[in-house]
Parts: sequence; C-alpha cells; structure tokens
Amino acid sequence: MEIFVAKELDLNNVLLEIRDLRAGYGGTEVLKGVSLKVNKGEKIVIVGPSGSGKSTLLKCIPLLVKPWSGEIILEGTVLTHESDSLRRVRSKIGFVFQQYNLFPHMTLLRNVALPLELGRGIPRREAEQKAMAVLSQLGLGDLASKYPLELSGGQQQRGAIARALAIDPILLLLDEPTSALDPELRYEVVETLYQVAKQGRSMMIVTHEIDFAEAAADRVVFIDDGIIVEEGDARQVLEHPKKERTERFLRRLRTRLHQ
Amino acid sequence: MEIERFLFEVIPYILEGIPVTLQLTVYSFALGLSLGALLAAARVLARGPLSAVSRIYIEFFRGTPLLVQIFFVYFGLPAVGIKLDAFTASVLAIGFNSAAYQAEIIRAAIKGIPEEQFLSAESLGMTTGQMYRFIVFPQAIRIATPALVNEFVALVKYTSLASIIGVAELFRKAEYMVAFTFMPEIYLLAAAIYLAICIPTSQLSKILEAKYAIPGYRRALV
Repeated sequence: MEIFVAKELDLNNVLLEIRDLRAGYGGTEVLKGVSLKVNKGEKIVIVGPSGSGKSTLLKCIPLLVKPWSGEIILEGTVLTHESDSLRRVRSKIGFVFQQYNLFPHMTLLRNVALPLELGRGIPRREAEQKAMAVLSQLGLGDLASKYPLELSGGQQQRGAIARALAIDPILLLLDEPTSALDPELRYEVVETLYQVAKQGRSMMIVTHEIDFAEAAADRVVFIDDGIIVEEGDARQVLEHPKKERTERFLRRLRTRLHQ
Repeated sequence: MEIERFLFEVIPYILEGIPVTLQLTVYSFALGLSLGALLAAARVLARGPLSAVSRIYIEFFRGTPLLVQIFFVYFGLPAVGIKLDAFTASVLAIGFNSAAYQAEIIRAAIKGIPEEQFLSAESLGMTTGQMYRFIVFPQAIRIATPALVNEFVALVKYTSLASIIGVAELFRKAEYMVAFTFMPEIYLLAAAIYLAICIPTSQLSKILEAKYAIPGYRRALV
C-alpha cells in the first residue's frame, strides 16, 4: 500500500518522461535509446561532446525532430504528431535555439507578442503589454522597438529567451544558448539564465557553461554517442563523476574554458 | 509627310496604344502572380500528384514559345468551343506563361528563407497557415520583389506579341503607321516609348526594396 502511494506521488511530480528514445538523420542513428524523467520545477543541464545527440534530444521533446521510436510523455500524455494536440503542446513549451531564430522582419516586441496572440488567442494589445513586461524584466525594455538584426547576438538571444518565457511555459528548453556568442557577449546571456533559473520553472538546458550548471542545476545528464552515460545530482556528477568518460569530458571542458 | 501630320496624327495614334499595352501587362501580371502563387504553393506544400502537376505546368510553359502559346489560345481553343477575343486570349496566354516564371520566383524566395525560421515558427506552435502568413510570406515577398519587378518589365515587352493576333497595342499601332506612312523611323519611336515605360518601372524595384528593407539587414550582411 505504501509503495502504491509513493508511486502515485512520484507520478504527480513527473512533468516529462522520455522512454527509450531513438532518433537520427538519414540513416545515421544519433540517439540510441535515451530514457529520462524530469520532475516539475527541476532544472536539468545536459552536457556532452558535440555530435553526442544532446541537441537532438532537446529537439525531439516538442517533436521538432521526429523520433524513430520511443515515447515522449508530457504531463501524463504521450505526444503524437496529431497536429492540433501537437500545437497545443508546443505552445506550452518554450524553446530557445542556439542561433536565436528571432523573426527578422518584426520588432522585438512583436516577436515576443506574436506567439501569445497566435497560440493563446490573447488580443494584440494585451499580448504586447505582457511581452513588454517580460522584456523589461530581462532588461530589454528599451530595445522593444528594435528589429532583431539591429541588436547584438547577446541581446537577440535574451530576446529569444523573453519570447520563450512570455508564453509562461510549463517547460523551458534551451539548446546551447551561449554557444553562438563571443565570450564577452556570453556573460549577459548567462546572467539572464541565472535570473530565469530562479523562477522555479522546469528547465532543460544543453550547455557547456559549467559554472552555471554547478550553481543552478538540480541534475546533470552526461550524454555521449547517443546514450546517457551518467546522470545524477549536479554537484555529484560535476565534482565526483562515477564514470571515466564523464570525468575525461569534464576535464577537457574545464581546461578549454580556462585557456 | 509634313511635320504637322506627324506630330498631330501619327504620334497621338501610336500613343493610344500605351493604355492597351499597360492593360495587357497589368492583367497578365496579376493573373501570373495569382496562378504562380498557387503553383508555388503546390510545389512547396503539397506532395505527390499536385506537386507533379505544378511541375509539369511550369516545365511546359517555360519550355514552349510564348508566341506558340498565344496562337494556341487564340486559334486552337475555338476548336473545343472556347472562342476568345484577341485581347482576352493575349492576357490569358501571357498570364499563363508568366505564372510559370512567377511560380519559380516565389518558390525560390520561400526556399531562400533559412530553415531555422520554419523550425522557430513550428516550435511556437504555429499552424502551417499562420507560419506562412506571419513568417514566410512577409520575408519571401521581400526576397522576391526584385525578380517580380523584373518579370513585370519583361511582360511590358512581351505584350508586343499580342500585335500578331491583332490587339491594337503600342507595337501594332506603330506597325500600322509604318505601313501607312512608309516611315520605318516610327519603330524607333515605339522603342523609345517602351523604354520610357520600362526604365522607371525597373527603378520601382529599388524604391520598394528600400522601403520594405528589414532594419539591420544590410549590417548583418557585412
């Protein structure tokens, strides 16, 4: 009886479950059977060498990449490609791309407001007020009327984070949000990430920002060659990794960062 | 011939052809744009038969002479009971022909939008319709503008082919006056009028590009 109760509690707390996910491009398998659970409010940092499949894993969650097999279960529901339900799911998940991917022909304000209007049916004025509030919160209020290509990479990426946050997502996915940026521009984005992490929102972030992972992550997942090599409490994985592959990767990453 | 007759009879007679030339151009361009957009949509969005039909259409109209197409519509269609006046036949033939080219211009413009833009729109839960309306179309039309203006200018000149089936447009009127006055210099006058239409129209492209340029875009290219 006790076991039953415990299981039920656990179920209530699970936001996302990934079961035996396999995916790839063309004939090349990139994810070779990944299973992972994300609890509500949990902040997970995914690390791994380039080409290890971490970006693909993130893109599979809102089915931006179609998995070969396996299941994505969000709030107890298996995601399918049925278009109406998929759209509803996507408008609850915030996704931040490595290359920002803002829409260049719209102002920053319109970029942030549009998903609210289309996905949530919020009237334009109200959507823009909400967008403005989120932009101001991230220190971008003054840039609201600028177009993305008039902004620096760091500003664009913070704008993209604002766009993802504005829809008040149940899960925020960030795919190497600082990798496309020059070192001096990374800082402002990392600062924004800290700010977002404090909100208590469920987050999965693929990044090489080890300092951020140490300070903000609840759990670290190390992926190599399409499988989860090691996962666990952030500090434990980062400071005392159990697997040799993890240790080697982290050592390399730290040396590179300090150079 | 006295200068007065040339100035007050020949020239006004030829100038009367300008509105006809412009009407032919505008109507066939509009037909080409609407049909071309549908053909492009069929190639980009549809799979299977619809996409194949669009492809065959485009290859057919690009691969056969416009003059043959005009003759087909004007002299061929009556055989199946479709009788059209010369003006309508010309608009249809030139419009159908232009649709093939405009479809390719639009398709190329859509292909010119980075894949990430589509992915980004998808990630936000947009429907295909919303994605095309708010993200793809506004960017594609900017990419396509120079090529579409170019096509418009080409049509101004292609409409002269309508003279062959008797549409009283600019060139037909010039031809008629040459026959009447034995002054081949009139062809030069006709050429000058075409130039006077085409040069400002080409400039329109630059004006439109500047007006609808995406702020910061130039800087991003540097």
